[in-house]
Amino acid sequence: MVERHEVRLSGSGGQGMLLAGIILAEAAILADKNAVQSQSYGPEARGGASRSEVVISNTDIDYPKVTQPEIFMALTQEAYNKYHHDLGPNALLVVDESLSLTDDLPEKSRVVRVPIIESATETLKRPIVANIVALGVLVGASSIVEHEFIEKAVLNRVPRGTEELNRRALDLGFQLAAGAVGGNK
Amino acid sequence: MSPTVKLLQGNEACVEGALAAGVKFFAGYPITPSTEIAELLAERLPLVGGRFMQMEDEIASMAAVIGASLTGTKAMTATSGPGFSLKQENLGFAIFTEIPCVVVNVMRGGPSTGLPTSPAQGDVMQARWGTHGDHPVIAVYPASVPEAYELTIKAFNLSEKYRTPVIMLMDEVVGHMREKVELPDVPQIPIEERPRPTVSKENYLPYDNNQGDVPPLANFGDGYHFHVTGLTHDQTGFPTSAPAKAKVLYERLHRKIENNLDDILMWETKDMEDAEIGVLAYGSTARSAARAVSLAREQGIKAGLMRPITIWPFPEKLITQYASQLKSLVVAEMNLGQYVNEVERAAQGQVPIKRVLQANGELIRPDTILQAIMEVK
Amino acid sequence: MMLAEKYLRDAMMPHMWCPGCGHGIILQAVIRAIDKAGLEHDKTVIVSGIGCSSRASGYMNFDTLHTTHGRALPFASGIKMANPDLNVIVLTGDGDALAIGGNHFIHACRRNIDITTVIFNNSIYGMTSGQYSPMTPVGQFATTSPYGNIDRNFDVCELAKSAGATYVARSTAYHAPSMPDLIVKAINNKGFSVVEAVGQCPTYYGRRNKLGSPVDMLNWQKEHAVNVAAAAHLTPEQLADKLIIGELHNSSAPEFTEKYDQLVARLQGRE
Repeated sequence: MVERHEVRLSGSGGQGMLLAGIILAEAAILADKNAVQSQSYGPEARGGASRSEVVISNTDIDYPKVTQPEIFMALTQEAYNKYHHDLGPNALLVVDESLSLTDDLPEKSRVVRVPIIESATETLKRPIVANIVALGVLVGASSIVEHEFIEKAVLNRVPRGTEELNRRALDLGFQLAAGAVGGNK
Repeated sequence: MSPTVKLLQGNEACVEGALAAGVKFFAGYPITPSTEIAELLAERLPLVGGRFMQMEDEIASMAAVIGASLTGTKAMTATSGPGFSLKQENLGFAIFTEIPCVVVNVMRGGPSTGLPTSPAQGDVMQARWGTHGDHPVIAVYPASVPEAYELTIKAFNLSEKYRTPVIMLMDEVVGHMREKVELPDVPQIPIEERPRPTVSKENYLPYDNNQGDVPPLANFGDGYHFHVTGLTHDQTGFPTSAPAKAKVLYERLHRKIENNLDDILMWETKDMEDAEIGVLAYGSTARSAARAVSLAREQGIKAGLMRPITIWPFPEKLITQYASQLKSLVVAEMNLGQYVNEVERAAQGQVPIKRVLQANGELIRPDTILQAIMEVK
Repeated sequence: MMLAEKYLRDAMMPHMWCPGCGHGIILQAVIRAIDKAGLEHDKTVIVSGIGCSSRASGYMNFDTLHTTHGRALPFASGIKMANPDLNVIVLTGDGDALAIGGNHFIHACRRNIDITTVIFNNSIYGMTSGQYSPMTPVGQFATTSPYGNIDRNFDVCELAKSAGATYVARSTAYHAPSMPDLIVKAINNKGFSVVEAVGQCPTYYGRRNKLGSPVDMLNWQKEHAVNVAAAAHLTPEQLADKLIIGELHNSSAPEFTEKYDQLVARLQGRE
């Protein structure tokens, strides 16, 4: 059976959403799936809201763009406001605790609203790894790829010497996802 | 050894393909959305004994590539629509003087500065007729990142084999998206080299008419003392204005491409065996078309995909092969009508053409093409 | 063997330059210089652009490249960069090098790439029958300056020097006997070298400006040329209508392809 998953990761330019998308796609490839990652370019990529999108499939991916995300992550209110309008049914939303949600979400969407940025800043003392915490929450809440592959993909990509920090960030994300009261909307 | 599997951008895969083909020289000028090709080659070329030059402009880049190729070096440049326009005069020079090189154009929305970070397919006719004068052209166009890798190798091969520049068009979707690519340690595609002279230096003719339609090309610096000019020339390479000699040159230039279409033309079809509705698309649009065809099949509509990979010379045979079998042919492209006119010409009225044209900086969606299929089914 | 037999292409003669044109004299100086500098014949490439002067490449028995208008320098840069063992000489005209090719010219100077450029300056577009160029002096007549040229002209030697060329010289067709030595020095300079060779176009420039016969035009060069040593003792007013000839600039700076070789060596750990 063809399984096609569409994921959108969004935040402000510089929050590392592009890298998070690349890592997610690489994790899918490590899991022997196909993946296509694309992103917003131009002025968007230099501040304001920015997004990175990933299509993951167990077979060839024809149309490479995301049209109805089933997983949507937003780290800032601006990104949420800009990019949440075309979510698919049963969408999973992974958002930072600081965000306030609107009431136009699809029926049966599931929201995981956890302190991603605060955890990176307070627990890890490194706000720069918020994107990896977020990735942990996303994968933990969705199981879109197995833990071992996302961990391997993270470690393959991050700068040498930061592996331990990033592993902790990822694990923290998984813990946040596990502890989250992820009820239906 | 097993191939390395990587997640790469189309632009990055193009670089990997070029290196696999043996590129040793790149000259370019920064322009979105092709810049990653220059950036990556600036990093990689010096590591493999190659050379990178950032030139003062697009025109100079094309010139430097031709100069480098004349020393026997595989050379390339990369640009986007506005830069491609600037390269056209020297591209014509390379076609006419028969100097192998590869020119990549990652198309953006246009004309002019247009939509620099958005996809379009507006340079399809520029690739065919952008340069001046009467000339044949080879242009290839990948639809995926793995294909960007393979086609870059093939572009170099065609360029060397036929002593002509080869254009590789990409759109911003293919250039920028990341996808899984398998990079073999040794390229699976055999690497071609330009024909080299076998005669003595005294008897060498750079445009020899008696060695088939692709005369051997010597390297500058090897003692052949030959002349290369953009003036109409005879087989010695020296200028001539004699109509009889001019005719020989112009006709050979066309013949060397047109007599080898079986070797040059590449296309892919999907579900065409019993198709009643054909969908023709190229580049990233073909991926939307492939999805539309699948969705149509799910609804019991006999649709099929025709995807030119070599877009120039025009693959007439692809059209004529299926025209009579089809009830309708949907042509989708990200412009307001370029390639479709060629398709229509080739179809010679045997099948009605339905146009799905879109120029707004977005990839045409599968449902847009599906809707067109439903309208003509 | 006569130099002409060795270095010119018999098959291309007669050349297309007009009687009295200065280009043949300058070509002869280039050939004498190549011989005198002892350049390896097979390793020397001649590149030209478009225009009367640029036809010179076709007459020379080397690997020769007659390119597009104004672009000789970037073509030559690609050759030199791809194979730095080659000696690359660019022959170009005042319009070719400084109007359409002006941007390439200043960037070749800036890069200090090891190319010798000889600018055949006849102050006019000769091939297209006499339009003014960026080297046509103010006040002079051309088909496109029928009321006298109001468009200021370059001093190409000052331009080259300030853009970074490491060797700059000027000579004239009248001073043919001393021109080869300046070109030899240009060839021997490891870097970008410019020699402005002032010549005469009797057909278009001379006739329209009533400058007399080719001999009169050569005499004008003789009378208006001041050697660089002598010029040092003259005031700007005295030099106003003079051509300062000789070696005008000679400096040293890192050469582009050598810098690239050093980079490659460093990256490959050979340094």
